[in-house]
Amino acid sequence: MASASSPASASTPASAAVPAVSVRQLRKSFGPLEVLKGVSLEAREGDVISVLGASGSGKSTMLRCINMLEVPDSGEIRIGGEEIRLRKGRHGMQPADRSQVDRIRTRVAMVFQSFNLWSHMTVLENVMEAPVHVQKRSKAECLAEAEEILAKVGIADKRNHYPAHLSGGQQQRAAIARALAQRPQVMLFDEPTSALDPELVGEVLRVMRSLAEEGRTMLVVTHEMGFAQDVSSRVVFLHKGVVEEEGPPAQVFGAPRSDRFKQFISSHR
Amino acid sequence: MDLAFMAETFVRLLEGLPLTLNLAFTAVALGVVFALLLALMRMSGVAVLDWIARAYVFVFRGTPLLVQIFLIYYGLGQFRPTLQEWGLWGFFREPYWCAVLALTLNTAAYASEIIRGGLQAVPANQVEAARACGMSRVLLFRRIVFPIAVRQALPAYGNEVILMVKATSLASIITMMEVTGIAQKLISQTFRAVEIFIVAGAIYLALNFLVSRAIMAIEWWLSPHLRHAPVVAPPLAEAAHI
Repeated sequence: MASASSPASASTPASAAVPAVSVRQLRKSFGPLEVLKGVSLEAREGDVISVLGASGSGKSTMLRCINMLEVPDSGEIRIGGEEIRLRKGRHGMQPADRSQVDRIRTRVAMVFQSFNLWSHMTVLENVMEAPVHVQKRSKAECLAEAEEILAKVGIADKRNHYPAHLSGGQQQRAAIARALAQRPQVMLFDEPTSALDPELVGEVLRVMRSLAEEGRTMLVVTHEMGFAQDVSSRVVFLHKGVVEEEGPPAQVFGAPRSDRFKQFISSHR
Repeated sequence: MDLAFMAETFVRLLEGLPLTLNLAFTAVALGVVFALLLALMRMSGVAVLDWIARAYVFVFRGTPLLVQIFLIYYGLGQFRPTLQEWGLWGFFREPYWCAVLALTLNTAAYASEIIRGGLQAVPANQVEAARACGMSRVLLFRRIVFPIAVRQALPAYGNEVILMVKATSLASIITMMEVTGIAQKLISQTFRAVEIFIVAGAIYLALNFLVSRAIMAIEWWLSPHLRHAPVVAPPLAEAAHI
């Protein structure tokens, strides 16, 4: 699937020019339903991209394709310049090399809508799991870093609690801590505040805002217009599986070109 | 009721306790390994393995353990020349090994369904989170799926262990002198069935009381996440404002 120009571009020394995430012409169908109809997207180092769209627009599917939780039918995904190789399997496309996917996943951390914390582990164990057992880093180093991260997201006092003992907002902050502990190059957020009570949304958004200010590369599928407008460097609006509107927040919110996006904004204010 | 006689019987029956425990422990320990294999075969997605495991469970769960014991001990005895040829006669000649084999095969069938239930009840979103952080399949099974499945399956599995303790009494039918075997011998000598079986029953009851407490203890130890949150004393600064 590699294009003819890729050997040349891989050898150029200007690594700063290599986008953190590059998605090209992504297509994905579930049975007869085509969810993504050729979506392209690029995130440079330090970009915070908010992906907006009505439910069913394909925004979560696109995000899940980036770390291969869904395998696209066609298109190209590159993480830090490295293309995820796909091949045709018995049931549609599948990763050509499972270990490549596992390796790339350690660099692309995911935060889920419903937290997905491991219920049999404490918060601290959740945070230390990937660095210790997947990345094989030293336990002492991971512990120190985990404590630091938990303090940063404001739940250091809950380190020995189990997920079931935390509020939704605390669970999501624990999940963000778990993602951070992977030392990811890119963080994917799949509607991170949609499962929260309204009064708990703020604490999670504050943490995400501080991550954006640190210069982390983030792709955020969200319904939080305020976050998209104030925090993100770029906004992408998906509609029925295609990118309908895209640009810096000031531009897309200030002067939207697409009628559908205008409608979407007005219905979300 | 002759209490002195019952006390004497109790002491005599205790001689069979080591064998009862031996049979139960060996069968459960071997059976759980086999059961895990069967459960993984069922969930492998490979049609042949799936159907072999299904057929196995169907046969061993659908026929009485007593019949299985008879078939292994007496039935296989008819193929003695063949077994001798294969060098297996030394195994099938011994009633102990026949009993262990029958109990193991039987418990594996039941336990595989319990384990499969536990594995299938692992929440998909926790598996997804593990995949998303780059866990290989083996690591995912070892660190996430198996520990959660064990916690789900343990109560039902405790039942199975209790059933196995009781099922060892069937080994008496093929000359094993465990608790029930000794009880029957005593009855044939004394014709005092009621007292002797009451004492034998009481021994199984006590044994299973201990088993169920042990299972409960393991459950408690494995599931702090289902109990109340630890009480954390508020920091001093906060407490001072109250």
